[in-house]
Amino acid sequence: MINMLTAVLIATGILVLAFGVIGILRLPDFYTRMHAAGKTDSLGAILIIAGFALYNAQSLLFGDILVSIKILFIAMFIFVASPTATHAIMQTAIALGVEPWRKKEEGK
Amino acid sequence: MQPFWTIGAVAIVLLIFPTLYRMIAGPSIFDRIIGGNMIGTKATVLLLFIGVLFDNVSMFVDISLAYALLNFIGTLAAAKYFQHRPPVVSRDEGSAKEEARP
Repeated sequence: MINMLTAVLIATGILVLAFGVIGILRLPDFYTRMHAAGKTDSLGAILIIAGFALYNAQSLLFGDILVSIKILFIAMFIFVASPTATHAIMQTAIALGVEPWRKKEEGK
Repeated sequence: MQPFWTIGAVAIVLLIFPTLYRMIAGPSIFDRIIGGNMIGTKATVLLLFIGVLFDNVSMFVDISLAYALLNFIGTLAAAKYFQHRPPVVSRDEGSAKEEARP
C-alpha cells in the first residue's frame, strides 16, 4: 500500500519535472521560460522528496523516522529557496531592462 | 521495488540533458542561470535515488541537503553579481538595453 503511494508520488513528480523541461525548451522568451521552470521545478522536487520520506518511514524504526524528517527538511528548504532564487533572477533581469516577448505586429 | 528506482533515476538523468542544452545554447545569461538552477534541483533529487539504490539513505540525505544549499547560494550569487555587472550581450539577441545599464 505504502509502496504504491510512493510510486504514485514519484511518478507524478517526474511527470511534473518533464513538463518543466518541455516548457524550458519550447517557450519563446526568458520570462515565459522562467514561468515554466520556477513552479514545476519546486512542485516536482517536493512531490518526489515526499515520496522518498514516506518510503523511508514505513519500517517505523526510530532512526528511519529521523532520516525521514531530515528528508522532509530538504523539501521544506526547496519550498522556500526555489521561488526565492527565481525571484532574484527575475529582479536582475528587470533591473537590466530585458524586454518581454510580444506577438509580432502586422505592419512589421 | 528495485527496477522502479532504477527507472526513476534514469528518467531524471534523461531530463537533465535537455536542460543542459538550454544551459549551453541559451540566448541570454539568465537562461543559463535558470538552467543551472534546474539541473541543481534535479541533482538533489537524483542523489536521493542513488541513496536508495545503494541502500545507504542516511548518508546520501546529508549530501543532498548540502547540494540543495549550495545550489541556492550559487544561483543567488550569480543573480546578484550580474545585477551590478551587466553581461555582454550580442546585438541580435538584444537582451539588455544600453540606457538601462547602471
